[in-house]
Amino acid sequence: MGMQTLMEKMQNNSLPQLDELYKEIILEHYRKPHGREPLERVDYEAEGMNPLCGDEVKLCLQLKNKKIEKIHLDGHGCSISVASGSMLADMLRGKTISEAKEISKLLKDMMHNKSTEVKPDLGDLEALEGVKKFPVRIKCALLPWTTFEEALAGHEHIEIS
Amino acid sequence: MLDVEKIRKDFKILGRTIWDNKSLVYLDNAATTQKPSSVINTLINYYENYNANIHRGVHKLAEEATTAYEEVRQKVKNFIGASSNEEVVFTRNTTESINLLAYSLGESFLKSGDEILLSEMEHHSNIVPWYMLRDRKGSKSIKIKYIPINKNYELDYSSLKKLINRKTKIISITHKSNVLGTVNDIKKISRIIKSSSHSPLLVVDAAQSAPHMKLSFKDLKCDFLAFSSHKMCGPTGVGVLVGKKDLFEKMSPFLGGGEMIRKVTFEGFTPNDVPWKFEAGTPNIADVIAFGSALDYLEKIGLENIYEHELKLTEYTLNKLKKFNFLKIYGPKEPDKRVGIITFSNPVVHPHDIATILDQYGVAIRAGHHCAQPLMKKLSVGATARASFYFYNTFEEIDIFIDALTKAFDYFAVGACKELKKDEREKDGNANIDGKNAKQFTTTIR
Ligand SMILES: Cc1ncc(COP(=O)(O)O)c(C=O)c1O
Repeated sequence: MGMQTLMEKMQNNSLPQLDELYKEIILEHYRKPHGREPLERVDYEAEGMNPLCGDEVKLCLQLKNKKIEKIHLDGHGCSISVASGSMLADMLRGKTISEAKEISKLLKDMMHNKSTEVKPDLGDLEALEGVKKFPVRIKCALLPWTTFEEALAGHEHIEIS
Repeated sequence: MLDVEKIRKDFKILGRTIWDNKSLVYLDNAATTQKPSSVINTLINYYENYNANIHRGVHKLAEEATTAYEEVRQKVKNFIGASSNEEVVFTRNTTESINLLAYSLGESFLKSGDEILLSEMEHHSNIVPWYMLRDRKGSKSIKIKYIPINKNYELDYSSLKKLINRKTKIISITHKSNVLGTVNDIKKISRIIKSSSHSPLLVVDAAQSAPHMKLSFKDLKCDFLAFSSHKMCGPTGVGVLVGKKDLFEKMSPFLGGGEMIRKVTFEGFTPNDVPWKFEAGTPNIADVIAFGSALDYLEKIGLENIYEHELKLTEYTLNKLKKFNFLKIYGPKEPDKRVGIITFSNPVVHPHDIATILDQYGVAIRAGHHCAQPLMKKLSVGATARASFYFYNTFEEIDIFIDALTKAFDYFAVGACKELKKDEREKDGNANIDGKNAKQFTTTIR
């Protein structure tokens, strides 16, 4: 959706809350989610689901030199969980495990309103802040991230970075 | 004809606004319904004037409370067409009613090798208790089989015929699906059972039917029937299990404690008579009494009128939904086979997003798997959106719902819809119509 339709959208729907939730960047990630290409090798994987609503995500990691080389996501979910997964794929590629975990923690803190001294730069993920106003949807935003942490759980030994 | 505008005045909540002054359009009645002021007043009156424990006091309050509680048993008996008050057991909800059955029938009647038949359109509450029974009996000793549904989302009665054999001990089936709206023909099922020369017990989950149509336990010819007060204008925390008296008498108790015993000694206990044998401990007195007011209210309006109004709303909505030709609607094509519930999905906007956007317009619908994960799997869909009606819903509310839906699709760009529709057609033929290959939302959006 280009600028034009964005303008139209704002005129047609005077629902500022919605525009805060469905930021353009979120809709873009939803329409064309990243991290959908298959991996050559799966080092860690986990499946996450939100039993309340049926959202499901499968997340696979391929590591190289203690860094996340590639991420693959699959499943189905709402725009928020899909966009969040797509952003995860972008953000965590090339990161070490502990860097990735730190990002995950910062996102959770943001969603749960825990203030940090310096506002961290979370890139696209900051668009998810609008979800806070819709408490039932916070779980959707965090699903890919909890699944990511799940994939690493029990594999703490790889965390030598 | 219902005077819906007048009826709505009995429900204060229907006059409230959501967000910035949007009128509430409550279309989540399959989850729970709203309560009229008469029900709320009964609760207040009980607590303010005759709150006491029942069946165990000689004082005036206890007598009044006991009488009021037992009078509701009589009302339920009349409402549901049971033969006697002993056939009516109060529980907490449909779920507890079915758990009671699964436990007690399991203890009293089932042995290794027996089979239980369910249908593919069951709510989790009519699946999990039976799995728990199977698992308690030792793995693989009891088999649970599913009666399939056909292309028109109806029960496949011919398969049912074939599935019944001498090992079949229980058939537990929903009267009306909370997802498809399909109304199953219980009389036909009892005829099939009768002609089978086997005699499984027939359990009916009437959670979605008892609130919306006139039922008669005697006419349905089932052995047990379960429903919930909160889905029929009554308070939460009250369920009903109707059952044949002779069966209730042969069944072992479910929960043990006060009220359900005749005698307790240092050696053991003798259970109380039915129905109290199944009502252990202090029951939900206030809510049972208020449930009585809900039944009065429904009878005053008339179950036939309720059914008819919902049928009209269903027809009206299905007609209006036709303009979204990319929408996949689950459930029988004929409105009169699927009253009051419309469940749908589409390849563009996920049900959660639809529900969030509709909520912004004051419209309350349900999104998710509706506690029917096996059915969702059968429909090859992860989640769906569901609008469900009651007698207080109006045609104007349907218009608001359709309008909000239009905006939801606009919001996510109709352009994408059109593209996708073309893609789908090329890929799957008429997948949108026959629905076999209902696509997952996210993965198809490119
Ligand atoms: C068909 C059906 N069965 C059972 C239930 C369970 O009802 P309750 O939650 O009141 O026990 C429901 C309600 O969600 C239902 O729709």
